Amino acid sequence: MSEPILTLSDVVVAFDALRAVDGVSMTVPRGQRRAIIGPNGAGKTTLFNAIAGMLPPTGGRIAFDGHDVTRLPPHRRAQLGVSRTFQITNLFPRLSVQDNMVLALRGRSPRKFSLFGTPDVDSAEAQQIAGALDAVRIAARADVAVRDLSYGEQRQLEIALSLVTAPRLLLLDEPAAGLSPSERSMVAGIIRSLDRDITVVLIEHDMDLALGLVDLVTCMFEGRVLVEQPPDEIRRNKQVQEVYLGRPRHA
Amino acid sequence: MTQATSQPMKIAGMTPRAVVVALVVLAVAAALPLVLTNYQVGLATEMLIFGVLAMSIDILAGFAGRTSLGHGAIFGVSGYVVVYATAQAGLPPLPAFALGVIAATLVAAIFALLAVRTSGVYFLLLTLALGMIVWGICLRWTQVTGGENGMRGDVRPPWLVTHQAFYWAVLAGAAVVSYAMWRFVRSPFGLTLLGIRDSESRMRSLGYNVPLHLFIGFTVSGFFAGIAGALYAMFNNFVSPSTVALAQSVEGVLMMIAGGVGSLFGGFVGAAAIIALENAVSAYTERWQMVLGVTFILIMIFAPEGIIGTLRAVLTRKQR
Repeated sequence: MSEPILTLSDVVVAFDALRAVDGVSMTVPRGQRRAIIGPNGAGKTTLFNAIAGMLPPTGGRIAFDGHDVTRLPPHRRAQLGVSRTFQITNLFPRLSVQDNMVLALRGRSPRKFSLFGTPDVDSAEAQQIAGALDAVRIAARADVAVRDLSYGEQRQLEIALSLVTAPRLLLLDEPAAGLSPSERSMVAGIIRSLDRDITVVLIEHDMDLALGLVDLVTCMFEGRVLVEQPPDEIRRNKQVQEVYLGRPRHA
Repeated sequence: MTQATSQPMKIAGMTPRAVVVALVVLAVAAALPLVLTNYQVGLATEMLIFGVLAMSIDILAGFAGRTSLGHGAIFGVSGYVVVYATAQAGLPPLPAFALGVIAATLVAAIFALLAVRTSGVYFLLLTLALGMIVWGICLRWTQVTGGENGMRGDVRPPWLVTHQAFYWAVLAGAAVVSYAMWRFVRSPFGLTLLGIRDSESRMRSLGYNVPLHLFIGFTVSGFFAGIAGALYAMFNNFVSPSTVALAQSVEGVLMMIAGGVGSLFGGFVGAAAIIALENAVSAYTERWQMVLGVTFILIMIFAPEGIIGTLRAVLTRKQR
């Protein structure tokens, strides 16, 4: 395996007495597809927030691509190449799809500080935006206001926003949440077609979807890592079945 | 893709139609002193100055989603510095003007440092409190500010003493400043303010330092409010604590709302409407503030988008 791009060492995120993430260590090699699964309340989204910087960890260390990012604010991590989507759609509803993409694209470019410059996108930017919108199959909707998109289209845009900056680590928080089966398979197709250089960590409740996409699965339970196995073994893992379905009762 | 392949013709960033509209509006505004009385020219001047103030507030309210109740104080600080610099320190009008704008920008930067990490009602209250501090200083620091009596001084340069000449100067200034503000809100930076208005958390995760952007936006907005304040000092040749009082901030916000939040140029419409109303009503009754209050309630109920916003909605409905 290639060298790790993301290393968590004993990460703790505590809200007073509640340890939502309780000593998680994991290593994600560059280019890997990784799923984080676990029942509700296992601490998956909190762990994401710690990796992306929304919630600074109360203990442990997070290293990304050779940098210690444990204490960095989210925008600095984004500039290093960490990109994320949100479980609850988080877009710019009153702006057009195009302007959403422009904002996403300029987060890492100095042009965001052009105080009196023209609003037009240059041809390189236009190309990147077109590429990302094509990749998530909403290229035809560029001029529509985001609040007028369907829910499914908003989820697609959610992925496009995190893709357009050519991130090195993509964190997908339930990318298929609330989608119809056909939309789900489209999202799976989008993730599958991502460049293999991009490391992807995704949280997903839909097992068939998640296990079909990834190389390695980390199952969390009550803030800790329960098991870390390839998808085939996870399917057969008794512990995983127990935390999802409850312990079988013996008569 | 449809974008970026065929750019329509632009003149200084404006479409030809926008250029024509702007020139017609300017020409009409410039011709006004030929038909108005001196008193009315004074009112028109005031409308322009407050229009600039309302627009500067709209930069924050309409674009960054943060309504400031401290802009009256920023506006007033500029006025105080202009009058003090000319009357007490003996500076010529133009350097005094520049000093006033710089002082206002600095005050705005200080306000911004304290306020950028808040939003919603906390932003409102914090800017209100900061404005009250400025008001308190102007009221109590009697040796410098003249206390309750305020300060008088001949602030205008000799060539701007007549009502007409001053009006034209303010019109020219307002035109330049409006163009600058329009460029500002449409710029790549202006788009980041819209992004912050819609979702701060998304902006952060896209790599934006949200407080820094708000700081810059607030300071630039304060710079423009300072220009309005310096013009107002020249207009009155006088400043007093009421220039920096909360009522001044509130009036600016109300003008911005009446014109239309986020419409930018609505600032002029709102300022004109409110100043005209104040003057018309106060001719008939002492209780003109009550009439103003009722007007606002009616605007909030029937045209919450403001005058410009409502007109725009009516026009697009007709086009369909």
